[in-house]
Amino acid sequence: MTPILAFDMGLALLVLGVAAWTIAARGTFAAVVGFVAYGLLLALVWARLAAFDIALTEAAIGSGVTGVLLLRAAKLLPYSAAESARSGAPLRIAAGLLCAVVTLGLAAVVLSLPEPAPTLAPQAEASLPATGLGNPVTAVLLAYRAIDTFLEKVVVLLALVGVWSLAADRDWGDAPVLWRTRDHDGALILLAQVLPPVGVVVAIYILWTGADHPGGAFQASAILAAMWMLTMIAGLSRAPRTSAPGLRLTLVAGAAVFLVVGLAGSLVADAFLAYPPGYAKALIIAIEVVMTLSVAVTLALLVAGPPERGGEP
Amino acid sequence: MSSATLFGLCGAALVGLGLFGLIAHAEPLRKILAFNLLGGGVFLIFGVVARRGAAAGFLGDPVPQAMVITGLVVAFAATALAVALLLRLYRISGETTLPAGPSTKSHADGATS
Repeated sequence: MTPILAFDMGLALLVLGVAAWTIAARGTFAAVVGFVAYGLLLALVWARLAAFDIALTEAAIGSGVTGVLLLRAAKLLPYSAAESARSGAPLRIAAGLLCAVVTLGLAAVVLSLPEPAPTLAPQAEASLPATGLGNPVTAVLLAYRAIDTFLEKVVVLLALVGVWSLAADRDWGDAPVLWRTRDHDGALILLAQVLPPVGVVVAIYILWTGADHPGGAFQASAILAAMWMLTMIAGLSRAPRTSAPGLRLTLVAGAAVFLVVGLAGSLVADAFLAYPPGYAKALIIAIEVVMTLSVAVTLALLVAGPPERGGEP
Repeated sequence: MSSATLFGLCGAALVGLGLFGLIAHAEPLRKILAFNLLGGGVFLIFGVVARRGAAAGFLGDPVPQAMVITGLVVAFAATALAVALLLRLYRISGETTLPAGPSTKSHADGATS
């Protein structure tokens, strides 16, 4: 066994161990902390699979932003209920057997994947010069399969509409409350003052470098969202009123720019979401910049939940 | 065995673990958590498929990689909606679990929020 394979085996065992602990933990809070650790370990696995774009996304969104969302829920829900709800032994045994069968089935599939593996990498590589990009993943996201990314923008927006629609009638249009704290911790406030300028610079770098190296719009927007949420948790800023026209404009801007460029593509170039030759990179960067802002605000507001009374000062 | 196959088996085990948590936990928040864990396993298996498709100077097939990124963002959006529904349930009914049988209580919207 090579040292690299030994390392990978240790990493896989660690991921499985943390995952099992996350499922078995008694308290919800402990389970959420386990889940955040699981996400970060998974990011390491992605790095080992040479998928650095996914590693960044997993760490930022899968572990980070989802972690904040779940921690907030664990904090708002009563702890006592966490202990009472456990299912009986027969159900657990039946579920365990079912899951073992599913795992064995999937393992058999993994072991019998076709050889040589089917791949679209040569096609992606062949068209890369036309986009002016160096990172094939960004090219797939914003050129070859731009329709997926556009629809994803719409899905995220629809999820936010769904979350907002859970507001009580009288709270409609008010501001959501990300985090309620009475006494503000000095260290947290200092962190929320020192970190965001650094975070914003890192986010801009990740966005810009995403054209040619690992990085891109989603990773950058997750970092921006994290910085904004940090200032909200420290009490330095508040979520805006959900009825504010500026906010709503920001939210739809990402999908709207995509749609406008896409429709222009069907006139100027020859298909919906096609870029005219020579302008591809400029248009892609333009879409990415607007999309980053738009997705950052959407992610933070998805965590903040529906508008509530008491959100306004 | 290559590292890719190893992580593929790891992904298969994660799917099983997540599915078990999804069934065995009665609490919705733990179910949501387990579902995300399951999703991580599914993405990992897809990532292994991407890694095996390394060609043309790339270390992995960029198409499945991009789809996993899209999937991660959509999974987050779905999780946020599920959590919002759960918090709303608690706010209205004071319960964090769904009743096993048909509910006999009637809840007035926003009455206790």
